[in-house]
Amino acid sequence: MTLDVQIRAKTYPSRTPGKDHVAIADLDFSVPEGQFTCIVGPSGCGKTTLLNIVSGLEREVDGAVSLNGEPTDEAHLGYMFQTPRLMPWLTVLENVRLVIDGPGNGEKGDEELARHLLEEMDLGDVMDAFPNRLSGGMMRRVALARAFVIKPRLLLMDEPFISLDEPVAKRLRELLLAIWNERPTTVLFITHDLSEALFLADSILFMSPSPGRIVHDYTVPLARPRVKLTSDDIHNLRQSLLKEHPDLLTGLIGVGEEERKHTERQHP
Amino acid sequence: MFNLKVLLANPSSFWLRFFSLCLFLLVWAVVAAIADSSLLPGPGAVAANMVAHLREGDLVYHTGITLARVVVAFVVSMIIGTVIGVFMGHNRTMDTFFDGWLVLGLNIPALVIIILCYIWFGLTEVAVVVAVAINKIPLVVVTVREGARAVDRELLQVAQVYRLPRARILFKTYLPQLYPYLMAAARSGLSLIWKIVLVVELLGRSNGVGFQLHSFFQFFDIASILAYTLAFVGVILFFEMAVLRPLEVRLTRWRL
Repeated sequence: MTLDVQIRAKTYPSRTPGKDHVAIADLDFSVPEGQFTCIVGPSGCGKTTLLNIVSGLEREVDGAVSLNGEPTDEAHLGYMFQTPRLMPWLTVLENVRLVIDGPGNGEKGDEELARHLLEEMDLGDVMDAFPNRLSGGMMRRVALARAFVIKPRLLLMDEPFISLDEPVAKRLRELLLAIWNERPTTVLFITHDLSEALFLADSILFMSPSPGRIVHDYTVPLARPRVKLTSDDIHNLRQSLLKEHPDLLTGLIGVGEEERKHTERQHP
Repeated sequence: MFNLKVLLANPSSFWLRFFSLCLFLLVWAVVAAIADSSLLPGPGAVAANMVAHLREGDLVYHTGITLARVVVAFVVSMIIGTVIGVFMGHNRTMDTFFDGWLVLGLNIPALVIIILCYIWFGLTEVAVVVAVAINKIPLVVVTVREGARAVDRELLQVAQVYRLPRARILFKTYLPQLYPYLMAAARSGLSLIWKIVLVVELLGRSNGVGFQLHSFFQFFDIASILAYTLAFVGVILFFEMAVLRPLEVRLTRWRL
């Protein structure tokens, strides 16, 4: 499914009339079918707002989001949040089963798939445990299984591996790629970690500081599968990319001197 | 079995509760024996009296009537109080608007509500239920409103992005967050409601435990008053232990 996003503006009302906070302005991109796209941007640039718009959590927006030309309202999509967001009163299996079979979603996976995914993620032994017994990494794996069990046409991920130890995060990234390889879908993955984006993505979109828009579109020149890549490979790619575009991570790439001063005054 | 050391080492044990109850009965019996007055019958006399009332059938009849009133008033109060509490917890305008009514409801004496209900609705069962519900609903509202305010919107967003059907959102993601508050409201509600029901019966019904207590009061029949009281406390305790506590354990087992 090709995802098309065109947001003219997303504003939040502020207490001072006429001075509404503009979170996103002139954001325009598309993600081709089956592609893994990362969005990298400085904190506060509207990344999570963007995902909330795409997922339909945020509906008041001047713009349009479509999946193969259709609005995403009824589309079944997987969403992995920054925190696992499991229902603490449901067991691991019940949490994954919870999202199966919504109305208007057509085929959304089944119980067998739920069990299969959990087995695949090494959670076979804790299917009947409650989430508060699990480690942070295990909870993320449950959330990952929940996202894939509905066979999503679009998978949204909002810095899902943040606040984990690097070894745990690394294993989860590899797991994500393995499962995505088996069950291909269009992925939009948000992060502020360039190395993570380089390891995961086919292409990376860099966002400017608020109001966020796309300032650079980068195609990752790494072949898949990437399991054998060392951290040095990623590091070297990162260094050469940053050498070419020193302002990439601040999102100020291609911004004129005048505008830059203005932005810096707003974001000291 | 009555080794005190063992009992104290395991304070939650059944035997410790049993021992405590025995001590209470013992103190009661001793005081009654010393007083040696018909105004303070001992546990034995009260038990004999209870058996007599059981044989005559009046104890079961009146306790049943009162229990039916308690159950109806309890269910009505819980449902209405929960709905209002949820709305007030989620809607700031409604919360502000109805807050004054709530404070008023919390502070009107139960007796005033009972008298007014009897005057307005006559000496009827409707008046009983309305009077008890008006007394109890504000308390349910206050508790449930706290629960609704504490609802984790992030979990509801999960339900929203996965497009869950409404019934599943309600029973799997929303209500479980309210269960602790509903349980608290139910437990405090039960003990409050049966006390109010007795007053309502005393003031204007011709059956029920409250009515019987009124009659015994006229005759200074203390043994019967205590027998009825203990019998009804027993019923409420049974309900608490057989229904509410297992329900609570089941609903909160994930916390372990």
